Amino acid sequence: MERVAIIGASMTRFGQRDAWVRELLAEAGEAALADAGIAGDDLDHLYVSNMASGEFEGQTGVPNALAHDLAAMPAYTARIDQTSSSGGAGVYAAWQSVASGASDLTMLVGGEKMTHRSTAEATDVIASLTHPVEYKHGVTLPSFAGLTARLYLEEYDAPRESLGKVAVKNHSNGVDNPHAQFRKEVDLETVLESPVVADPLRLYDFCPITDGSAALVFCPESVAEEYVPADEYAVVSGVGGATDTHVVHERADPTTMGGVVDSSEIAYDMAGIGPDDVDVAELHDMFTILEFLQSEDLGFFEKGEGWRAVEEGVTDRDGDLPINTSGGLKSKGHPLGASGVAQVYEIFEQVTGDAGPRQVEADVGLACNVGGFGNCVTTTVLEGSQ
Amino acid sequence: MNDTNADETNEGGTNADTNGETSDEPTFEAAEYADGTVTYPPHPVGPNGAERTGTVDLRAHEARVVTWTTSTATPPGVREPNTLAIVEFEMGEGYDGPPVRALGQVAVDPDDPDGGTFDVAIGDRVEPVHADELREPGAGIREPASQSWDGFRFRPVE
Repeated sequence: MERVAIIGASMTRFGQRDAWVRELLAEAGEAALADAGIAGDDLDHLYVSNMASGEFEGQTGVPNALAHDLAAMPAYTARIDQTSSSGGAGVYAAWQSVASGASDLTMLVGGEKMTHRSTAEATDVIASLTHPVEYKHGVTLPSFAGLTARLYLEEYDAPRESLGKVAVKNHSNGVDNPHAQFRKEVDLETVLESPVVADPLRLYDFCPITDGSAALVFCPESVAEEYVPADEYAVVSGVGGATDTHVVHERADPTTMGGVVDSSEIAYDMAGIGPDDVDVAELHDMFTILEFLQSEDLGFFEKGEGWRAVEEGVTDRDGDLPINTSGGLKSKGHPLGASGVAQVYEIFEQVTGDAGPRQVEADVGLACNVGGFGNCVTTTVLEGSQ
Repeated sequence: MNDTNADETNEGGTNADTNGETSDEPTFEAAEYADGTVTYPPHPVGPNGAERTGTVDLRAHEARVVTWTTSTATPPGVREPNTLAIVEFEMGEGYDGPPVRALGQVAVDPDDPDGGTFDVAIGDRVEPVHADELREPGAGIREPASQSWDGFRFRPVE
């Protein structure tokens, strides 16, 4: 199996954008092609990670549209939909296409256009991933977060403030990310006094609704230096995907994300590393509680101890294990199909030493992209080539 | 534990008795599988791949609140606020399968002058109470004919 390198990466500004999904995808795709020094018609495969362009704006067939806009014909195209983890699933598909030898040059572009919809409408599009017995009760992804947060705080004797500190940390990180939707600090008092959305969680415990796109270019590591200098590419040393139950209440332990556990074991095994070897991580903090769950289920901290790591500053940018240096979904924004791609973009920037004011010392980075409420997960490990 | 043989979820449907006759009493159907496991909602096969053998009416079982939340940002056609709970049913000493749980709305307290729902807390005993319509069909993105819209809310057991 070929080892796979990432030789180009880009992301658009995340936030409320005038552009529609086709334009967002083209913006990120064009920039990633330029970053890798290639043209559209060099591509063998072109994947688009997108959850719901048909539901959000009535535009389907986005991979074909993007291939035409970037003059990438006759590249093989496919849309990767795995709800909020479409980006991670796209990374898996792109890696697989090169590792298997089916493609010598693959581009993945993730994107979503959401902000033209009201919060209620966007929430309902996302909630449509739930089982009928959940959907008819009006369950939303935020309400799953509220249910889980209450149980976590009770079971592990964690203070409510610890969740708020995730928001404070990630907003602080987002200030230095020129692509982030929110580039402003928030203090703990603001978080804890913001309106209740899903008790005990409040507005600042949730990521925003976002438009945006991100892109990555993959090739065999053996030819990476034909495109870019050695210090400008990263190696996908591990990638794993896993699925948990569709019905959230059927999980044995509601505070454990089995898909995170299983996908990370696969990724660690492929990379030949363990959680202690990870220098920096991007986790799917769609809700603050998810950063606790993932940091534990990835093996960074013991079960029930993730909140202490945040309290003690371990996950701060200058801590022992910086988490969400990009600002995370919380501050950077969460354009569904783009998020998993943008997570890997941030890790790519970190391990190639190109993260600017967000730069931390990192040889090995990990991205964990979660769909639904832990329903589908992809964990990716990147290492610098040097 | 097997109440009926059924191929599909029949929540809020009619209850088939041993004579094959039906009544209008809605049932709260979970599935039972060949290995004794019970799940709600029913699936074509059990979590361990075991064949589905019948159904269990969860109305016959008490439940306790595992966790709850009140959602204030609800989708189209959903009451606002919407208090939800995950409850775990007590399946009896003979049952050694995975926990049998359900997620559902908390019922409206008829004594609340503001029309609010019952207060619940983790560990509270609750019982299911049927509601004809849990949210407005067709107000959200899902095709109204694709699923049922009635079901069971939960209220505290006195």
